[in-house]
Amino acid sequence: MKLYEIVNSLSLEVKTPSLDLNKEVTGGYVSDLLSDVIGNSKKGNVWITLQTHQNIIAVATLRDMSGIILVNGRNPDVDTLLKAAEQGIPLMVSSLPAFELVGRLYSLGIRCQ
Amino acid sequence: MDNKVAEGVFFLTGKDFSNAGAASSNLKGVLEGMSVQPDIIRRAAIAAFEAEMNVIIYAVAGMMHYYITPETIRIVVKDMGSGIPDIGLAMTEGYSTAPDYIREMGFGSGMGLPNIKKNTDRLDLDSVVGGGTTLEFIIYLNKDSKGAKNETL
Ligand SMILES: Nc1ncnc2c1ncn2[C@@H]1O[C@H](COP(=O)(O)OP(=O)(O)O)[C@@H](O)[C@H]1O
Ligand SMILES: [Mg+2]
Repeated sequence: MKLYEIVNSLSLEVKTPSLDLNKEVTGGYVSDLLSDVIGNSKKGNVWITLQTHQNIIAVATLRDMSGIILVNGRNPDVDTLLKAAEQGIPLMVSSLPAFELVGRLYSLGIRCQ
Repeated sequence: MDNKVAEGVFFLTGKDFSNAGAASSNLKGVLEGMSVQPDIIRRAAIAAFEAEMNVIIYAVAGMMHYYITPETIRIVVKDMGSGIPDIGLAMTEGYSTAPDYIREMGFGSGMGLPNIKKNTDRLDLDSVVGGGTTLEFIIYLNKDSKGAKNETL
């Protein structure tokens, strides 16, 4: 499934308008612990988290993730937005809590893979 | 990969979260440029990131050196900092001395050194309390990358 399809289906707010959303999403990973994410996520995964600071972009870049979705309507820090645009990591926000968002992603066919 | 040899160094500054991850991202770029296998790059990137973060979180300053030959990636991370009083304990999954504000950022889950061990073939950790820490690890390029076997250097 493509990232733009997820953005449209779940009405995500896109925080990086300059970036291409025509990216393949291989699966999903949800965690707020950076060591867990870097160690266990897979290439092309979309990452669901409540962390809003700039270091999430380094983690997503190092793991070649397809994007990051912030939950609970959380706003990314300004530094995070700048780094996301610079590194080409699409950053989205959902108003839903993590449980609801992951449930919807699962219904769309996204798995932990 | 190409029959190339490369080496380089990155300087790391304690508490400099705005550049955190830059050294490991750079190293990943170098490995990609040399057409190293994706799974090896993944393991090197994970180990380098955890090592880099430990300097930024726990030390005053440090350096990350990398040496790439057709057979190995060797990374040496040396810092000036508090040092580690009990290396066995530090290597234990879940053990962390990270303060609250670091944990709130999602660091300090005590998985860093175990992640490094899991993703490298050889690992050596030397530390002097009140002096600093040297972490060295090696990833073999020509071995089956699955199930890295960690031997002590
Ligand atoms: N370079 C270092 N200097 C001083 N202490 C360190 C260093 N690296 C690791 N440590 C100690 O080892 C512990 C475990 O490290 P690690 O496994 O990376 O987990 P975490 O960083 O999440 O705490 C740290 O909490 C810290 O006490
Ligand atoms: Mg750590």
